Amino acid sequence: MKVLVPIKRVVDYNVKVRVKADNSGVDLANVKMAMNPFCEIAVEEAVRLKEKGVVTEIIAVTIGNKAAQEQLRTAMALGADRSILVETEEDAQPLAIAKALKALVDKESPDLVILGKQAIDGDNSQTGQMLAALAGMPQGTFASEVNVADGKVKVTREIDGGLQTVELSLPAVVTTDLRLNEPRYASLPNIMKAKKKPLEVISAADLGVSFASSTKTLKVEPPAERSAGIKVASVAELVEKLKNEAKVI
Amino acid sequence: MSATSDLGKSYFNETHEQMRQTVRKFVEREILPYVDEWEEAGEFPRELYKKAADAGINGIGYPEEFGGTGPDVFMKIVASEELMRSTSGGLVAGLGSLDIGLPPVVKWGSDELKQKVVPGVLSGEKISALAITEPSGGSDVANLKTRAVRDGDDYIVNGSKTFITSGVRADYYTVAVRTGDSGFGGVSLLLIEKGTPGFSVGRKLRKTGWWASDTAELFFEDCRVPAANLIGPENGGFFCIMTNFLMERLMLCVMANMTAQLALEACLDYVKEREAFGRKIGQFQVTRHKLAEMATQVDVSREYTYRIASRIEAGENCIKEMSMAKNFATSVSDRVTYDAVQIFGGMGYMRESVVERLSRDNRILAIGGGTYEIMNEVIAKQLGL
Ligand SMILES: Cc1cc2nc3c(=O)[nH]c(=O)nc-3n(C[C@H](O)[C@H](O)[C@H](O)COP(=O)(O)OP(=O)(O)OC[C@H]3O[C@@H](n4cnc5c(N)ncnc54)[C@H](O)[C@@H]3O)c2cc1C
Ligand SMILES: Cc1cc2nc3c(=O)[nH]c(=O)nc-3n(C[C@H](O)[C@H](O)[C@H](O)COP(=O)(O)OP(=O)(O)OC[C@H]3O[C@@H](n4cnc5c(N)ncnc54)[C@H](O)[C@@H]3O)c2cc1C
Repeated sequence: MKVLVPIKRVVDYNVKVRVKADNSGVDLANVKMAMNPFCEIAVEEAVRLKEKGVVTEIIAVTIGNKAAQEQLRTAMALGADRSILVETEEDAQPLAIAKALKALVDKESPDLVILGKQAIDGDNSQTGQMLAALAGMPQGTFASEVNVADGKVKVTREIDGGLQTVELSLPAVVTTDLRLNEPRYASLPNIMKAKKKPLEVISAADLGVSFASSTKTLKVEPPAERSAGIKVASVAELVEKLKNEAKVI
Repeated sequence: MSATSDLGKSYFNETHEQMRQTVRKFVEREILPYVDEWEEAGEFPRELYKKAADAGINGIGYPEEFGGTGPDVFMKIVASEELMRSTSGGLVAGLGSLDIGLPPVVKWGSDELKQKVVPGVLSGEKISALAITEPSGGSDVANLKTRAVRDGDDYIVNGSKTFITSGVRADYYTVAVRTGDSGFGGVSLLLIEKGTPGFSVGRKLRKTGWWASDTAELFFEDCRVPAANLIGPENGGFFCIMTNFLMERLMLCVMANMTAQLALEACLDYVKEREAFGRKIGQFQVTRHKLAEMATQVDVSREYTYRIASRIEAGENCIKEMSMAKNFATSVSDRVTYDAVQIFGGMGYMRESVVERLSRDNRILAIGGGTYEIMNEVIAKQLGL
C-alpha cells in the first residue's frame, strides 16, 4: 500500500513572527523555517503504518521553493522512502495546492493521503478537504486515531465536545490533529541515509496546473497588543469588576 | 531564536541543521521537563545515554564500523550547543564523558580492545570516563604518581585518581598511569574496567556546580589489569593525553560560549519584564550598554571558536590557538554570567533563575581540561618563551 504525505515548509513554531513594515505580509527574511508540526504528525503516522507492515511505500511531497527540499529531506530522515518537490516561487494558496495534489494523486495512485489538518502559517485548514472533493475521495479530518484494515480506514475524529469515528473506503484522505501521535526525531544515521533517497523536482507545468493565486491579500496586521492584567483579592471583587468594569456579566 | 544557527551559517551545512533540530527536540522532550529535578538529585537517569545514542548523538565523530557516523567536528559542536540548551552543564559533561574517555581507545587501542569497548559505549549501554587527575595534582600530568608495574601478562596498578567525571557510574575508565621513569616519558594509558578486583570508586563528590554529573575519586590497590588493555605504546601515553586534550578543550569552549549565550538570552527577556523606578530595567542606559557588551563578547568568542574548529577539521594542529580560544571563551563566560546574575538582582541568586545555575556551572570551565594558567603556559611555550 502506498501513502502520499503532503508537507509544508513554514516559519518554525518557536519564532515570534513580525509583520513587514509595509503590511504586505509576515517578514520571512532570515527567519528560521521548519516542517509544519501537523505535517510531522502526518509523516509519523505514515511511518508507523509502514512499521506495522500496512504500508509499503511513503512518498513525501511539497509545493514550494527550492529551500523546501530541506523539509523533504527531513521527511525522508523520518522514514519517507522518496519525495517530490513541485517547485514554484509563487505563494500558493489552498485551492491551487489541492489541484496540484490531485494531479499527483492521479500520477501516483496512492491508497491513502495523510496530511496535516492545517499549516501554522495561514491556519487555513482547507487543503485536505479540497483535495478530497477534487479527487472524489472520502475524507476523515482532524484524526486522533487511524486504523487501516481490509481496504478501509477507520478514523477517529476530534470534533467539538467529543469524538466521532468514521470508516472510509480506500483510497481516502486523512488530516491529522495534534493528539494523533508524538512524532519521533530523526536520528543522525537516518538523516545521513536520507541524503541518498530520491528527491524528484518537477514544475507546475509538468502537472498541468498553475499556482497563480485566486485570492489577493490586502493587508496583514499584527494582533492588538494586550495590556497587562491585574490581580484581584477575592471572587467578590472579580465579579464586581466583570460586572462594572469589563461589563461582560 | 538562537543567534547560533544564524550567525554560524558558513560553518554548518544542511545535515548539521537537521541534526540541530533533532538534538533540540531531544532536549525539549527528554531533558527540559526533568532537568531541575535531576540537578537537585545530583544525577540524571542512566537510560538517557541510551536515548542519546538512539538519536545518534553518541556516535558523532566515531568510525562507522563501531556504530558511529564518521568524523565531523561541526556535528559535534551542533550536538554540544543544543545539549547545552538543557541549561545543565553537569548533564552535558556527564553525557559527554565518552568524548574524553573513548577517543584514545579508538585511536590507539588494540583491535580487540576497540571491539570490546567502543560499540557498547556508542550504543549507550556502557559509560566511558577519563581519569588523569590525581589528588596530588592535575596540571602537572608528567608527574602523575599512580603506578602500573608489569607482571607477566598483567599490570599491577596502585594509586588514586580524583575529580573524575562519570566516575561513579562508568564501566570503562581510560586511566593515566606511570609505567616508566619519572617525567612525561614514563606515562601510559590503561583501560580499566569497573569490577576489576582492587579497583574501587569513592563517594560522589559534592560540587559548586555541574550537579547533575557524578564526579568521583578512584582507588587502585594491587589492581591487576591485562597488559592487552594498554592504549598506545608503553611510556607513550603523554602524547596521547595531550592530543586528546585538543577536542576536550574545543568542547569546553563550546560549553563556555553556550553558557554565556544562555545567560545573555535570559537577560534579554528579563530586562523587558522587570521594572525599577517606574520603567523596564532594560531602558536604563547602563543596562543596555552592559547587554551590548555581553552580546559582543559572546559573538566574538563563538566566531573564534568556530574558526579554530574549522582549522582542526582541516587537520591543522592548533594547540596554541585552542588554548587561546579556551581562555578567551571562559573569560567571556566568567564575565557574562557574573553580569547576568547582577542584572537579575536578588533573583539571580535564587535557584529558580537559570542564571544562578549557569553562573555556578561556569566556574569549572576555566579549571577543567587544563587551567587558565596552564593554557597560558602552552601559549607562552608556543610563542618561543
Ligand atoms: C567538576 C570537575 C570535573 C572534572 N573531570 C575530570 C575528569 O573527568 N578527568 C580528569 O582526569 N580530571 C577531571 N577534573 C580535574 C581537572 O582536570 C583538574 O582539576 C585540573 O586539571 C586542575 O588540576 P588540579 O585541580 O589538581 O589543580 P592544580 O594542578 O593543583 O593547580 C592548582 C592551581 O595552580 C595553578 N598552577 C599549576 N601549575 C601551574 C604553573 N605551571 N604555572 C602557573 N600556575 C600553575 C593552577 O592553574 C591552579 O590555579 C575535573 C575537575 C572538576 C572540578
Ligand atoms: C540572599 C539574599 C538575602 C536578602 N536579604 C534581604 C533582607 O533581609 N531584607 C530585604 O529587604 N531584602 C533582602 N534581599 C533583597 C536585596 O536587597 C535585593 O535583591 C536588592 O536590593 C536588589 O533588588 P532586586 O532584587 O529587586 O533587583 P532589582 O531592583 O529588580 O534590580 C534588577 C537590576 O536592575 C538594576 N537597576 C535597578 N534600578 C536601576 C537604575 N536606576 N539604574 C541602573 N540599574 C538599575 C539593578 O542594579 C539590578 O542589576 C536579599 C536578597 C538576597 C539575594
